[in-house]
Amino acid sequence: MTTSPPETLPIRTSDDVVIVRQQVRARAVQAGLGLVDQTKVVTAASELARNTLDYGGGGVVTLTLIDDGMKRGVRLVFEDHGPGIPDLQLALKDGYTTGNGLGLGLSGAKRLSNEFFVESTVGVGTRVTIARWK
Amino acid sequence: MDRIPILKLGDALLVTIQVDMHDRLATALEDDLTNKIVKHNAHGVLIDISALEIVDSFIGRMLDNIAAVSRVLDAETVVVGMRPAVAITLVELGLSLAGVKTALNVERGMALIQRHHHVLERGADDDIAS
Repeated sequence: MTTSPPETLPIRTSDDVVIVRQQVRARAVQAGLGLVDQTKVVTAASELARNTLDYGGGGVVTLTLIDDGMKRGVRLVFEDHGPGIPDLQLALKDGYTTGNGLGLGLSGAKRLSNEFFVESTVGVGTRVTIARWK
Repeated sequence: MDRIPILKLGDALLVTIQVDMHDRLATALEDDLTNKIVKHNAHGVLIDISALEIVDSFIGRMLDNIAAVSRVLDAETVVVGMRPAVAITLVELGLSLAGVKTALNVERGMALIQRHHHVLERGADDDIAS
């Protein structure tokens, strides 16, 4: 199934966001993703890592290389113990933001991923899972 | 703190982004460019992003902001050298960079700035004559 152990990286500063981008790129290359798919998953990771930092108060991302014989790709899980998202439907709408961004982070990351899953509990935290296949 | 260098090229400014920018660096570039436009009386800003492997919404917003501020200061911003994979991803992300002029490379970008400035100058002369 999984060909390499999952790797967990901290997201505490904007420098960490840069490191997340570089590590996601390395995993995407390892998974054999083409240039456009690499660019999409790295961009999605950048948006979600910044969300984890700005809205979740920091957290972690776990990177997994997936190879189940049928398909290869990368799966990323972003987790924080921040305030949570009260209204997920609203948070997934283009242009909606509670900060000073463009409101494209979550909705954009969803469009750039083959798999997208978000769980959030107010007062507990948020977990966003994405995957991009070869 | 690190800074992205800004070069003077005729009456335009040239910025070549060669590193994976963290957010503070992008914000510092916005401030530095605004100051240099005024200091050098620049009519154009060329931003070469050919080395950038991704443009996310933060960098996209930075480019939009630079274009808007420089327009207010009578300078035209042209973003040059965007990689095809970056362009595809940017559109899917939902960013159209509507306020930003783009060109394939630095030469074409420079030509765009000069043409824009030339038209403006001629327009001003016509106003005086009439």
